[in-house]
Amino acid sequence: MIEWTTFLLLLSAATPILFAALGETIAERAGVLNLGVEGMMITGALAGFAAAHATGSPMAGFVAGAVAGAALSLIFGGLTQYLLTNQVATGLALTMFGLGLTAMFGKPYEGVKAPSMAGGPLGINWVIWLGLVLVPVTWLILNRTRPGLILRGVGENHDAAHALGYKVRGTRMAAIAIGGALAGVGGAYVSIATVLQWTEGMTAGAGWIALAIVVFAGWSPWGVLAGAWLFGGVTVLQLRLQAAGVAVPVQLLSMAPYLATIIVLVIISARHKYAGGGGTAPGSLGRSFHALR
Amino acid sequence: MNRRTLLASAAAMALVAMLPALPVSAQTPFPEGEKLKVGFIYVGPVGDGGWSYQHDLGRQAIEAEYGDRIETTFIESVPEGADAERALTQLALSGCKLIFATSFGFMDAVINTAAKFPDVKFEHATGYKRAENVSTYDARFYEGRAVMGTIAGRMTKSNKIGYIGSFPIPEVIQGINSSFIHARKVNPDVEMRVVWAYTWFDPAKEADAASALLAEGVDVILQHTDSTAPLAKLQEKGGIGFGQASDMAAFKPTPRVSSIIDNWNPYYIRRVGQVLDGTWTSHGVWLGIGDGEVEIGEITEAVPAEVKAEAEALRDQIGSGAYHPFTGPLNKQDGSAWLAEGQKATDEELSSMNFFVEGISAQIPS
Repeated sequence: MIEWTTFLLLLSAATPILFAALGETIAERAGVLNLGVEGMMITGALAGFAAAHATGSPMAGFVAGAVAGAALSLIFGGLTQYLLTNQVATGLALTMFGLGLTAMFGKPYEGVKAPSMAGGPLGINWVIWLGLVLVPVTWLILNRTRPGLILRGVGENHDAAHALGYKVRGTRMAAIAIGGALAGVGGAYVSIATVLQWTEGMTAGAGWIALAIVVFAGWSPWGVLAGAWLFGGVTVLQLRLQAAGVAVPVQLLSMAPYLATIIVLVIISARHKYAGGGGTAPGSLGRSFHALR
Repeated sequence: MNRRTLLASAAAMALVAMLPALPVSAQTPFPEGEKLKVGFIYVGPVGDGGWSYQHDLGRQAIEAEYGDRIETTFIESVPEGADAERALTQLALSGCKLIFATSFGFMDAVINTAAKFPDVKFEHATGYKRAENVSTYDARFYEGRAVMGTIAGRMTKSNKIGYIGSFPIPEVIQGINSSFIHARKVNPDVEMRVVWAYTWFDPAKEADAASALLAEGVDVILQHTDSTAPLAKLQEKGGIGFGQASDMAAFKPTPRVSSIIDNWNPYYIRRVGQVLDGTWTSHGVWLGIGDGEVEIGEITEAVPAEVKAEAEALRDQIGSGAYHPFTGPLNKQDGSAWLAEGQKATDEELSSMNFFVEGISAQIPS
């Protein structure tokens, strides 16, 4: 039952969540809790679709999606980092803003078709490949480079990082923008590659799943990959099993993604207990930073 | 006396004759000069291009019809369940005297809110719970499904038809059964694959469901979800489908080869008019092709002429009442007898339908 086509569907279904969750991981490792992922994704979905439609090039669409996602996230960044607004409330507002904004500007694109995307090696398009490559790259940058160390330092203890002379706000703004850009690409993937059209509210909660996956993954890029495959994969698998007419109770199939999540969470937390360290939230997550000196 | 005054006085006399029959309660016209506020809640965004979009066309139709006498407002993407009660309460508190709740899952929220606002009239689409100030209205989508099923049965080459279901509720089960019965009637080898999406609106999931069906060898897909995503997927990967709830004309001539259109406009115009003139009473109605509430969208040139003629003939027979899509002999899935030769399903049986007919191998989640 689990043959190549199913695996391709799995990869495709996991991609939007993978991008968004990787972006949010970077932001959260810098100590920023941005609950606006859904808003940035839907903005990326519309901007990406509009650009792909206007230029006929899906590539241009993904670039536009990234730019739009980053632009929206910078509004969040400006509010939370410079005006010191509450991150949770601002993030929620960003989601509502994104949904409303795209509903308004998306009207002319309803019923319009997307340019078709070329397949890549093994029938997997290049955005999926990019997502897969980004996982080790993100891990390397976060854990094995100096900028990654600074970013984590800012996220763990912003006062200490500040005292050492690192730019807390600058680092965080960069992390927010990268997070926004990746969420934008994830959203653009939904409109350009999965659904092939623009529909209001089309990300339908994928941003929230991405947020959950970051926690589930213990703020690790590899964990994010596992989480995205689990959510996306089990969803696809259960649809596939239903279509094949396999006599498994549908309720059980629908439950599967959540059941699997709980099981993995248990395994992960058990591992942490024995292996120690890692997987806990960054120390300064969600806290506003205001330099007194 | 010219013809107009004759007609007017005849109408007036008919009205007078009817007066004693009307219930005593609150039959006062809506005050002149005051605006009637009409509220709507939708389960998806108005831009879904399907179900909610079509209800919003109804809202625009009443605005066009009554102009200054009314004012409309809507809340979109309202989740089914407890949040719907909040949205309904908000509409009632903001002065709406007539509220349309346009999804099955709003049912209990409507009943609860209606109890709190006895002077507000509620119209609940596709439900079955009514009260003094709660009406229900529904469309016989299964009549349209019979026509789509006929086309599907004739058009499939792999003899596998896919159906993307939303939730296992009677309305959806009727549609699956009706499509299957009529596909089998014209093509005895046809098989039906059913995928439950457990959502009314989630374009990515609907697209994934379509992909899963296509991977299974299905080449005709019917959907009972609200977005155009399955059609877009068919366009990319091949196969045909149908417009659902709305015409979805952007996908003509293929993959969208025909459609079921929900035309709520006449009903909405009539009910708003009744609130304005004070004749609104609670009722439950179920209108179909014959009443113009269910329309069959243009059958495109992708369908051979003889199939098109066959489908249109079926449509007309259903519309005139000469044929009922659920006419025996029909057995239930487990082989037990349901309808005898020539026997027609009653509305009661249909509105509580919780079984597949014989020949469908999929199971209904219980």
